Amino acid sequence: MNTLSVLKGKRALWLLAAVVLTAIVTYIIEEFGLSAISLFEGGLLSMTPYALTAVGECINEKSGVVNIGLEGILAITAVTGVYGAELFDNGFLGLLVGALTGGFMGFVFGLVSVYGKADQTVAGTGINIFAIGFVQYLLMSIWGFPGIHILERRLMVRPIYTPIGQISIVTIFAIIVAGLAHVLLYKTVLGFRIRAAGESPQAVDVAGVRVDRIRTLSSTLGGALCGLGGAFMSLCWMGGVVKEISAGKGFIALACVVFAGLEPLLALAAALIFGFTGVFAFSVAVTPGVKEIIPFYFVNMVPYISTLIVVTIAIGRRRFPKASGVPYRRE
Amino acid sequence: MGSFTKRIEVPKVPLDPFIQSGLAVLLGLLLGALLMVMFGYDPIKAYYWLFRGAFGSVSDIMETLAFATPLMLTAVTFAISAKAGLFNIGAEGQIYLGALGAAAAGGAITLPAGLHAAVATIFAMLFGALWALPAALLKIWRGVHEVISAIMFNWIASHLVTYLVIYYLADPQNAYRTVRALPGACYPILMGGSSLTAVMFVAIAFCIGIYIYLWGTKAGYELRLVGANPDAAKYAGISSRRIMLLSFVIGGLAAGLAGASQILGRPPEWSLYATLGNVVTLGFDGIGVALIGRNHPIGGIFAAIFYGGLQHGSRFMEYHAGVYSEMVRAVSGLIVVALAIPEIVAIIRRRFKI
Repeated sequence: MNTLSVLKGKRALWLLAAVVLTAIVTYIIEEFGLSAISLFEGGLLSMTPYALTAVGECINEKSGVVNIGLEGILAITAVTGVYGAELFDNGFLGLLVGALTGGFMGFVFGLVSVYGKADQTVAGTGINIFAIGFVQYLLMSIWGFPGIHILERRLMVRPIYTPIGQISIVTIFAIIVAGLAHVLLYKTVLGFRIRAAGESPQAVDVAGVRVDRIRTLSSTLGGALCGLGGAFMSLCWMGGVVKEISAGKGFIALACVVFAGLEPLLALAAALIFGFTGVFAFSVAVTPGVKEIIPFYFVNMVPYISTLIVVTIAIGRRRFPKASGVPYRRE
Repeated sequence: MGSFTKRIEVPKVPLDPFIQSGLAVLLGLLLGALLMVMFGYDPIKAYYWLFRGAFGSVSDIMETLAFATPLMLTAVTFAISAKAGLFNIGAEGQIYLGALGAAAAGGAITLPAGLHAAVATIFAMLFGALWALPAALLKIWRGVHEVISAIMFNWIASHLVTYLVIYYLADPQNAYRTVRALPGACYPILMGGSSLTAVMFVAIAFCIGIYIYLWGTKAGYELRLVGANPDAAKYAGISSRRIMLLSFVIGGLAAGLAGASQILGRPPEWSLYATLGNVVTLGFDGIGVALIGRNHPIGGIFAAIFYGGLQHGSRFMEYHAGVYSEMVRAVSGLIVVALAIPEIVAIIRRRFKI
């Protein structure tokens, strides 16, 4: 029943139409070789961090913890992922290190918001400010060079070759995770408790379930998924770190969450659209004839402008958990 | 968007807010020390040079004040929106636009000295306010959360201003920065050898003006009422939309002035770098400063002097103790996280039985 309810409504229809349209446009451009870069592969690459972060945040917010520090977690885990890969001489372990770092940061954020009863917007902003400084401090302290570090090519996590193109294993994982998150939230007891903790923490408490643990766990899970997204950026996609690697991606993922109304599957679709929009703009911009006219700076704005357009159109009567972002105090 | 906290609640503790801020600062510095130890640095040496560099001599204090000037203004941007119950983190983009406006008006037109400075400053403030408008309008018309829109506008501003600097305002001799502001548009240097200029007085006057506005006028009372008790404000017939717009526009003016202070009031370059290097992150730093100053414009002045000290002292810390200067920004992030916890005093008391 819940699966159906997700697909009901105008929003889901629009989203479905947008995804289908994206697929058709991508197919045409790929088939006729109109673009110098592969829209399909590029779109999936840039979708992945949005999807992982957004799905994690859906679980987070369902439980009542709103983490706007995702931007910072993405940036820090992009660095720790590379560090882990070099430390263990293995890209996959780098991804693991990234996810663990993200999980740790999500855990700390959970502690701060659940036990410290913190204002979550302020605490999340604190994480973002911390990340601006800490990423540069890490780059300087580990590699002794400011602002950028390039990964050795052999340590990058290679994509898998499929008949439809090269796809990173993390991308496949992200798509599966969105499905799993849906199952977790709507088909399991834990998922029921997570949703109840966000909706009516008193009731959960009365039922003898620890609201604090549910929320801390959700926050940790959300952080870990975000951390995997961060490590993906540096290890599978860009092949290194720059200090501004997250470049608003955490907030675009938040926009996906808002757009999806906390439904992981819709968040995945939103991530897909944002991912493809950016790559589509890029592919148009590098086309000879266009690239002489439109300065590259305007192409860089496309992800942000499209996010603004989408949230402006999409915001309507969203129903968010009643206790989302509100610390729970036992009476 | 209901999933974010609706308004910023100033934590209500019986203890003096000074203790709360002081404790958060201490905690931030302590955690920062831990991060230094993790990477094999000596935190005592680092902090010694940090504070000695910041406040060790008269010229250092002057330099610290120069760093503090834009911060007290971007802090006002955040603080006034917080007073109105909003979370405006768009100072970052607005300061870029303000700096652009100051660089354009200061370098491209010619006016009598003094008047030129005033015109260029007003130009910068209007640029900042204009860039603050769309986020407020989107919030009012469509309910778009100001955190998401502000970040998007920050990034758009970053690319837009870089483009305009490189294509239209670049100095033919030095393409890495804009044309210098003409001497008549610049604020006078207060003491030879330091980079503190008279723009600091303008900044302080602006903060005091905001204080008088918030606590001394009816309009300011309405703004605070909307933030503190939206229902009561609605009952009293105050338009929350007007307050939203007003708080964003005033915030934009403040950020624009901060941008002007970096161009017209900051030697030796008197211009905007194409990398935006002399304005970048000042908007985000302002959030920390505002929170340390308890979202109060006068508290913000003192918090800005503290944070300006960290920024100036961090160069000495880097030189003498080897700790990269960006560490102070990480510390400020930790301070903000600590400040978000309303019961931090109570928690520490319970744990350590003070």
